Amino acid sequence: MSHLKIEHIEKSYGERSVLKDVSFSVQEGEFVSLLGPSGSGKSTLFRIIGGMTAPLSGAVYLEGEDITGKRGSISYTPQSPSLMPWRTTLQNVLLGQEIVGKKDEEKARDMLERAGLKGYEQAYPHELSGGMKQRASFIRSILSPQSLILLDEPFSALDEFTRLDMQQWLLSIWSEYKRSILFVTHNIEEAIFLSDRIIVLSDRPATVVKEFNIPFDRPRREDLLLTEEFLHWKKLIYQEMRVLNE
Amino acid sequence: MGKVLQKGWRPFLVLVLFFIIWELCTKIFAIPGWLLPAPSQVWLEAIYGWSHYTGHIFSTVQLIIIGFTVGSSIGVLVAVGLHLVPFLRQAFYPLLIVTQNIPIIVLAPLLVIWFGFGMLPKIMVISLVCFFPITISLLDGFRQADRDLNHYMLMAGATKQQIFWKLEWPNALPSLFSGLKISATYSVMGAVISEWLGASKGIGVFMTLASSSFRTDRVFVAILFIVTLSLLFFLVIVLLENMVIKWKSGKEGDNIESP
Ligand SMILES: Nc1ncnc2c1ncn2[C@@H]1O[C@H](COP(=O)(O)OP(=O)(O)OP(=O)(O)O)[C@@H](O)[C@H]1O
Ligand SMILES: [Mg+2]
Repeated sequence: MSHLKIEHIEKSYGERSVLKDVSFSVQEGEFVSLLGPSGSGKSTLFRIIGGMTAPLSGAVYLEGEDITGKRGSISYTPQSPSLMPWRTTLQNVLLGQEIVGKKDEEKARDMLERAGLKGYEQAYPHELSGGMKQRASFIRSILSPQSLILLDEPFSALDEFTRLDMQQWLLSIWSEYKRSILFVTHNIEEAIFLSDRIIVLSDRPATVVKEFNIPFDRPRREDLLLTEEFLHWKKLIYQEMRVLNE
Repeated sequence: MGKVLQKGWRPFLVLVLFFIIWELCTKIFAIPGWLLPAPSQVWLEAIYGWSHYTGHIFSTVQLIIIGFTVGSSIGVLVAVGLHLVPFLRQAFYPLLIVTQNIPIIVLAPLLVIWFGFGMLPKIMVISLVCFFPITISLLDGFRQADRDLNHYMLMAGATKQQIFWKLEWPNALPSLFSGLKISATYSVMGAVISEWLGASKGIGVFMTLASSSFRTDRVFVAILFIVTLSLLFFLVIVLLENMVIKWKSGKEGDNIESP
């Protein structure tokens, strides 16, 4: 049984149709990327999965249970790190647990240490760099009890070097904690490097045009980015995207 | 404290210059004391008459503190109520502005007619000028809570109560303090105005007595006290703010930028 299953989602804002018959699934512990042009409706899809907006038709299933329009089943990491400026790093990463009920400070400290944030537990977000904030924001999701994590372009505001570091770090944490991740990005390389599977969405109204299974072994290392095979995949997906834009 | 001195010398210098020019003008043009007393005269009066003033000051301070506390509590309660109950907001928000359009000078005597010369009408006047800045700034602070964070919390299954206490309330705290600062200064004004209407003690009373007996120097002493009190109250709020809001960014950076 798949972890998350999206079935025939339709959504429109007024006259404008945004999502059209979107269906796909995410397996338990899988890393899936959604790749689509800007404004195609990726964030809208996330809001539907998170129960913030109701679709016109279609359904969202989590572990077989219909969660369409229901909140509290997923953990969402917004595009901006969105830490609370009045909370220390430690308090910030505990927010997800706090909402549900029980706090595990021990584990939070442990995670922060391994994210290179040791010594910053009591620091406020304005004292952290952009990459550190993103890591804290992601730890908040990992520490949350929900088993599905939605990441909306988490690295788009970072520079190339930090981005690479963050991708590696994300993969290492993910392989250890084995959550299912649905990841939105504009960046083809990023999608190939991170994902088990890439779902390509068309421009508005968005539908699933193609799925790619990325066969690279894990753990993946940075030099993968320079291999012939990586470039091959990049070309393949790039062509697919270009057709869409025309 | 060092920072205050460092930044405070410029306005202080301007004030000193102003007083010097004032002093010289009264001397050169031989302006009579009942028309415009020299700053030195005012100063002497303030020092020699001090024992005479303490009772008045004490009574006014007491009034300000009670009025300000009542007014800001009402301000906070109204803001929370209007924020949490959309129906109340739609019904009362426009009326809130109307309360500020009635001149307090007109309303105050009416309050005295209705409620007598006691504490009550005075506290009502102060509350009326105090609550508005607080309510408006708090409402803004509640509404400006980060949208992404709001989405994050909703998707994680947060209740309305959790969103209020964990997101909207802390987010509104800096706005609350902006409102409190404005209200603190207003409350001093409100107290003096309410005392004009009828009281046995207070800076307002003392001021009317002084001006009706052409003791202009005493009027200026009263002004001096009012300004000092306003500044003191303002300072107390700023200190409180620095204690409560530890997360404000830019404090360090500011020092580096300004030479
Ligand atoms: N609340 C709304 N009301 C009306 N239209 C909306 C609303 N939210 C989104 N839209 C429209 O839906 C479309 C898809 O928006 P969405 O934010 O989902 O795109 P996106 O794929 O996330 O884009 P990006 O990659 O730039 O973040 C846009 O054309 C947008 O104008
Ligand atoms: Mg988006």
